[in-house]
Amino acid sequence: MALYQKTATELLGLLSSGQVTSEELTRAYAERIANIDKQVGAYLRVDVDGALEQARVIDARRKRGEKLGLLAGLPVAVKDLLTARGDLATCASRMLENYRATYDSTVVAKLRAADAVLLGRTNMDEFAMGGSTENSAFQKTRNPWDLERTPGGSSGGAAACVAADEACLSIGTDTGGSIRQPAALCGVTGLKPTYGSVSRYGLIAFASSLDQAGPLARTAEDAALLLEAIAGHDPQDATSINAPVPQYSQTVREPLKGLTLGLVREHFAAGLESETEAAVREAIKVYESLGARVKEVSFPHAKYGVAVYYIIAPCEASSNLARYDGIHYGRRTDEAKVAAELDAERKELLAAGKKREAETLDTSLVRLYRKSRAEGFGPEVKRRIMLGTYALSSGYYDAYYLKALKVRRLIRQDYDAAFQQGIDLIAGPCTAGPAFKLGEKVDDPLAMYLVDLYTVSANLAGVGGISIPCGFSKTGLPIGLQLQAPPLEEDKLLRAAHMFQTATDWHTRRPALA
Amino acid sequence: MTESTPPYTIVIGLETHVQLQTETKLFCGCSTKFGAPPNTQTCPVCTGHPGTLPVMNRRAFELSLRTATALNCNIATFTKWDRKQYYYPDLPKGYQISQYDLPFSYEGWLEISDPKDRFPPKKVRIIRAHLEEDAGKSMHDEHAGKADSKIDLNRTGTPLLEIVTHPDMRSPAEAKAYLTELKLLLTHLGVSDCNMQEGSLRVDANVNLHLDTPAGKVATPIVEIKNMNSFRAVEKAVAYEAERQYAEWQETGRKLGDPGVFKRTFGWDDVKNRTHVQREKEESADYRYFPDPDLVPVTVTEERIAAVRAGLGELPAQVRTRLEGSYGLTAYDSDVIVNQGRAFIEYFTTAADTGGDGKTASNWLQQDVLRVMGEQNLTIENYPVPAAALGDLLKLVRGGEVDTSRGRQVLQRMFDTGESAEAAMRSLGIEKVDESALVALCEELVAANPKLVADVKAGKMQAAGSFVGQAKKKNPNANPGRVKDLCLEIIARLP
Ligand SMILES: [Zn+2]
Repeated sequence: MALYQKTATELLGLLSSGQVTSEELTRAYAERIANIDKQVGAYLRVDVDGALEQARVIDARRKRGEKLGLLAGLPVAVKDLLTARGDLATCASRMLENYRATYDSTVVAKLRAADAVLLGRTNMDEFAMGGSTENSAFQKTRNPWDLERTPGGSSGGAAACVAADEACLSIGTDTGGSIRQPAALCGVTGLKPTYGSVSRYGLIAFASSLDQAGPLARTAEDAALLLEAIAGHDPQDATSINAPVPQYSQTVREPLKGLTLGLVREHFAAGLESETEAAVREAIKVYESLGARVKEVSFPHAKYGVAVYYIIAPCEASSNLARYDGIHYGRRTDEAKVAAELDAERKELLAAGKKREAETLDTSLVRLYRKSRAEGFGPEVKRRIMLGTYALSSGYYDAYYLKALKVRRLIRQDYDAAFQQGIDLIAGPCTAGPAFKLGEKVDDPLAMYLVDLYTVSANLAGVGGISIPCGFSKTGLPIGLQLQAPPLEEDKLLRAAHMFQTATDWHTRRPALA
Repeated sequence: MTESTPPYTIVIGLETHVQLQTETKLFCGCSTKFGAPPNTQTCPVCTGHPGTLPVMNRRAFELSLRTATALNCNIATFTKWDRKQYYYPDLPKGYQISQYDLPFSYEGWLEISDPKDRFPPKKVRIIRAHLEEDAGKSMHDEHAGKADSKIDLNRTGTPLLEIVTHPDMRSPAEAKAYLTELKLLLTHLGVSDCNMQEGSLRVDANVNLHLDTPAGKVATPIVEIKNMNSFRAVEKAVAYEAERQYAEWQETGRKLGDPGVFKRTFGWDDVKNRTHVQREKEESADYRYFPDPDLVPVTVTEERIAAVRAGLGELPAQVRTRLEGSYGLTAYDSDVIVNQGRAFIEYFTTAADTGGDGKTASNWLQQDVLRVMGEQNLTIENYPVPAAALGDLLKLVRGGEVDTSRGRQVLQRMFDTGESAEAAMRSLGIEKVDESALVALCEELVAANPKLVADVKAGKMQAAGSFVGQAKKKNPNANPGRVKDLCLEIIARLP
């Protein structure tokens, strides 16, 4: 077995026993990426020299007997919307194509503190808006299990790089399912933590009240390791929860006794593909064989999840993305062209005797805003900015945003009610079906929005969720099981996932990449 | 302005933005110090870099609570932050963090009065006070045909307290009195330095007129006046605007509420002493306010509100009442003293307590101390004569140990040398003249000046002054008042 095929936990053992150096490991991944990523397209940038340099420093410190961090020498891939000082953070957008961050996001700072090696930056839907990574302004990412299919999104690169053995640990972000859905479609383990448990400082915002960074890895053990490294209270994030970080990497192997799983009736209704349903029900049986009890519960407000999400997320996005105005940083349109264009328009209007129109022409500032944003943002980002701007407008606020907030509370109450009935974890499908074809939904935004059907509620309720491989379609595409837990019970999610992974081998399967 | 009563009532509401005296900005750790080179007091947070998040400055909230409590406002037990969204180059996030529908305080009042009694004391009601972040500064430099715009983001994110009144003021003098009292309160509380030149206090005035017409009561369209950089400017601008609106009304008859009538924005020109239109039509801007998801709501307990109230100490209005009650000062005198600030009030009370009389202390402070402070550009903190030392001098003056005019020389000596009152008197050779010596001196003078005696007897009282002059020549320590009294007594006893 090649080095890059091993789990992070295995590699950590090899590193600490001195059988492998971080430099060797980093080189192995760099080679793997060089060989395979032309097909997959998971990475936007790989910093081989920088990564090797970090690895050598860690190796030297290890040699001197220094105490190293939790991820000592392990390469980690980072989604391209977390800032790292001096590095680009493009959000896969033309708008930030040349934007170099001036500070480290807390997640990146914690990775550095844990002695991780920052290997490269993964592709994503522009500003994390999308479910197929096709909204990236720069490149397509392909599903390693079928290169004609999408890896999911928005953290498509983050999931695909793990599935293709181009990284053992990967950081994604999840606003409506953007870690769990690509994890499911790529056959890897992806965890969205409770809102507030991982700092959002330096996570370039899509929808502030929903965004949460989390780990993608091959196994629950590895995800536990990475989550432990990045979680924790951050005084720079006012929404960060002030609670100690459990030692997930220590507890993950403890099986849960007397586990009660809740199956949400509404998650097994129309729209769920039969192969996926069968695989998920089979997975539930595995849990039963491990001693779990199963209860059916109802989430009466689950059906409003996507609608509520597509009000709240665009509203926040329209505001969060206002800062990309071409003035302070990011893309600015050609100012000379703007001036010439306005001049020409003015002359034309005056020549046509349209004095009033000539006077009310855009100022050069307004035209600068308009053109910079028109050029910088892709169609999906524009669509959501318009949706959000509309929904927050005077006269519509109450009907849309305020109403959505109220329903959001009801969705949270569905969870609370279930957990109060003695349910430990909610179990169900992560997606309605396996990976769809590239291009299949790009012209149908509403169909694309429905890929979040089973995942958005966790973001709206602020609870944690994990997706783990639980089977394959007849065509050989991975299927994901989603588990969701009460707030701050990530240890339960990870332990339950590990229990499953000790009883099954779905997570060990590899795509056949040349 | 004509002296006759104008045929209208001016209706004025004020909106003030007060910069809070915090070390750091409202949502980041940058300094708020004024006058640094452009863009040197910025960080990724206040320049709105992608991924950054605001964290509330607790000190700013504390100062706001103090202020609102002192303004008799209700304090909300639950308050939140909202984004006010608009595009402008000095607003790097594309929104300002402010408070929209749930401000942290509301419904208060500030009592104003006029020491000159031009209007009776009244309570100006406050609609709300909320906390928000300041924007940056744009500087437009248009020369050689090429417009060059520069942005300084040092001020971006500085905490501002916005205080909005009801339209309760009815004259320029009332508007000025409100601002004066507000500034006094804010500086007294130490929440702001209220320096209008540095932009720590900014005022906008909403002005219109109410008129009685044969057709009933009407109101003129509301105008918001901006760019007033002193209280005097506010007074002048409001007075100017009232006359302008009256003239406009007589000419056009346009009323508030007429179709096509919008709130307009006028700027005050301090050089030309007039207002001019800035925005013809107040655009009904849609700021798309919504709760800022990056910040958590703030809850304030009743206990905390009570603690803030208890910690306020004596406010200026209460000090004035105390000075009038315990020290017997007039409203005018107490106003002068309180307006000088906390340190001066303390100086006064110490001097008055040591000297034994408020009125004397007030006179000396106003006529001597304040005059010298003004001449030499001193503050009471660096005025070299301690309050107790001045009090000692006042006691000596009141006890007749030294007369007022020589007392002034003593104070000057104390000021110059730092000597105590008694030491300064000794240095100047001042000592109280024994009463019998004084009687002997006066008898001598009466005997030697029959002409003056005749004048006094004829009722020419200025002749008595000549006795004082002669007495001072013979003995500089002779108390002029006593000399005069004694001479008159002696003359009266003459056959
Ligand atoms: Zn700052």
